[in-house]
Amino acid sequence: MAKAKPKIQGRVTFEEDRCKGCGLCVNACPVNIISLDNNKINAKGYHPATVTDMDKCIACASCALMCPDVVITVERL
Amino acid sequence: MAIVFQKTRGLTDVETHYCPGCTHGIVHRLVGEVLEELGVLDIAIGVAPVGCAVLAYKYFNCDMHEAAHGRAPAVATGIKRVHPENFVFTYQGDGDLASIGTAEIVHAAHRGEKISTIFINNAIYGMTGGQMAPTTLVGQKATTAPYGRDEAHCGKPIRIAEMLATIDGAKFVERVTVTSPAHVRKAKKAIKECFKVQIEGKGFGIVEVLSTCPTNWGLTPTEALKWLEDNMIPYYPLGNFKRPEEVE
Amino acid sequence: MAKVLMKGNEAIGAAAIEAGCRYFFGYPITPQSELPEYMARELPKVGGVFLQAESEIAAINMVYGAAGAGARVMTSSSSPGISLKQEGISYIAGAELPCLIVNIMRGGPGLGSIQPSQTDYFQATRGGGNGDYRVVVLAPANVQELVDLVMEGFDIADQYRNPVMVLGDGMIGQMMEPVELRKPKPRELPPKDWATDGTKGKRKPNIINSLYLAAEELEAHNKRLQEKYRKIMENEVKVESYKIEDADVVIAAYGTTSRIAKTAISQLEKEGYKVGLIRPITLWPYPYDEFDKINDKCKGILTVEMNSGQMVDDVKIAVKGRFPVYFHGRTGGMVPTPNEIIDKVKKIYGGEM
Repeated sequence: MAKAKPKIQGRVTFEEDRCKGCGLCVNACPVNIISLDNNKINAKGYHPATVTDMDKCIACASCALMCPDVVITVERL
Repeated sequence: MAIVFQKTRGLTDVETHYCPGCTHGIVHRLVGEVLEELGVLDIAIGVAPVGCAVLAYKYFNCDMHEAAHGRAPAVATGIKRVHPENFVFTYQGDGDLASIGTAEIVHAAHRGEKISTIFINNAIYGMTGGQMAPTTLVGQKATTAPYGRDEAHCGKPIRIAEMLATIDGAKFVERVTVTSPAHVRKAKKAIKECFKVQIEGKGFGIVEVLSTCPTNWGLTPTEALKWLEDNMIPYYPLGNFKRPEEVE
Repeated sequence: MAKVLMKGNEAIGAAAIEAGCRYFFGYPITPQSELPEYMARELPKVGGVFLQAESEIAAINMVYGAAGAGARVMTSSSSPGISLKQEGISYIAGAELPCLIVNIMRGGPGLGSIQPSQTDYFQATRGGGNGDYRVVVLAPANVQELVDLVMEGFDIADQYRNPVMVLGDGMIGQMMEPVELRKPKPRELPPKDWATDGTKGKRKPNIINSLYLAAEELEAHNKRLQEKYRKIMENEVKVESYKIEDADVVIAAYGTTSRIAKTAISQLEKEGYKVGLIRPITLWPYPYDEFDKINDKCKGILTVEMNSGQMVDDVKIAVKGRFPVYFHGRTGGMVPTPNEIIDKVKKIYGGEM
C-alpha cells in the first residue's frame, strides 16, 4: 500500500497587468512552479510571472511575501 | 477554500513607480499590513521622505504628509504633538535619514518622540541616479564614487541602528532585511513590535531595513538579493539592538 | 481688557495665545528669545505645547507638520534663523498651510549683529525660499499694532491657507508699551477639512504635499496660487498715510523707522515745511496704489530704512517715475535720527539732492 502523503493544495492568482516581471517570486517558490512567461507581454511591457503546474502549489505564500508589487493572491483549496 | 494571502487595505490601489524587483514595495506592503492588523490604519498619519519613496504618500491608505529632504521626523513631531492619540510614522531612505536628516532623526529619538520610523538602507541614492550614500560600502561603486568608496577620502558607511540604540529616548531599534520569505516574516514582526512601542506610549522606535537597488547596483533583482546578503549583512548585522524591557 | 505694559516680544506671545495659537516650535536666537521663553512658560498653562527644536530647520518643519495636522501654530526667530527656515516656509506656501512666522530682524549679512535692523525686507517680500510664492508680511510700528497684527495674522493665514510673517525690527521686540489684547474684525474662516487627523475610515486620505511631478499639474497649481495672491493683493493691503495730497515731500518708511520719520515731520511742520508720510503696514501685498494719491507738485519721495535700500525698490515701482525717489538708510544697528531725516528733506526742498 502506497503511503498516503497529506497534501496541501493551493492556488495562486497573479494580477498580471501590474506585474513588473522582476522574478523575485520565481526565485522564492519552493516547488519551482513559477516562471516568467516569455510568450506574453503585459500592459506595462514586462513578461509577467505565471504558474506552470498549479497542482503542485502548496499555498505557502512565499511568492506573495516576496512580491514588491503585491500582485499575488494565494488561496488554500 | 481559504485565502492565505491577499493585498492589504493598508495600501491604496495606485501602482508604485518603483523599479522591478526593488524591495521598497515589500516594505510598503509590510507597513500597510501592520497598520491594518494593529487597527491603527484609520488613525495613522504618515510622513513621506525625499528620495525613491517620495511618492509614498500615494501608496499608503492613510493621511500623509510629504516632507522636505530629511525633515520627516520634525514634521512627524509637529503632527504627533497636535494629535498625540493618532499613530504617526515616517518612511525614509538612507540619503534622507542618514545624511541630510541626521539632526532630525537623532533629536526625534533623543526627545523620545512617540513616532515610528521605517528606514530603508540600500547603500545608494536611488532616485537621483546612483550617487554615493552615507551607507555605501567601502569599495562599492557609485556615480559620485566612480572608483569605489574610499575610506580615507569619505569615511566608512554609517551604522544608523547602532548609533540610535545609544540614545535613551529610542526604545525600539532593530535591523532586518527582506531578501527571503523568512526574512520578510521577521521584518514584519519587527515592524509590528516597533509600532506597538508607539501605541503603548513608550517612545521612539525605528526599524532599519536592508534593501536592494537592482537598477543602480547594476544587478538583476535576484542577484541584488544575493549581493545584499553577501556584502551588506556582514557590515550591517541583523538583529534587535533595543526593545523596551531592556531599557526599563 | 485694561491696558498692560508689555515688552514687544512677550506681547507677541500673549496675542498669539489670545488668538488661539496652542503650538510653538522655535529655537533660541537674540533678539527674540523672550518670545519662546514666554511661550515655554505660558503655553502649558492653557494646554498648549512649546517645543524647543534642535534647529530652526527642524522648528519650521514641525510647524509644517502641525499646520498640516490642522493646528494654529507659530514659530519665531531672527534674521539668520529665518534664513534657515526658508526651506520650510517654501514648503508651507507650496502645500498651502496656514501659520504665523515672526522675524525680529537683526543686522546682517551673515552673523551680522544683534542690533535692530530692517535688512530682511527683500527676503520677506520676495520669497526667500525657492519657487513662485508669497508670504503675507505685516510690519507693525508699535507694540499695540504688533499684538493686533499677530492676532489678525492668524486669521489671514487661515482664510487664505498661507503663511503670514510678522516682520519687526529689534527695537519693537525690546520696547515696552501699554497694550490691549483686542479681537480683530471677524472673518469667515473656511473649515480645515484638508487637515490630517486620521481618516477614521470615513473619508479618503488627506495628503499634505507640494510635489507635482507632471508639468501641467504644477503649472495649474501655480496658477491657483497666483490667483490666491491676487485676491490677497485686492483685499489685504494695509497702509497709513499722512497729508500726502498736499505734501511737497513724502517720506516712505515702515516699522519703528516710521516713528522716527513722524518725529522729523512734526519738527519740519513747525518750520513750515509740508511733508507727508506713507507707512506700509503690509509689506506684501505692498500699498502701491497709495502713491497714486500723492499730488503732482511733490518734489520727491524720501525712503528711510534701517538697511542699505530695499523697500526703496517698491517705492520706485509705486511712483512709476512721477517723482524722484531718494533714500536714507543706516545699517549695522545704527538707527536713523530725526535730524538726519530733516536734513535730507530740506535738501530735497532746496534741490540739492
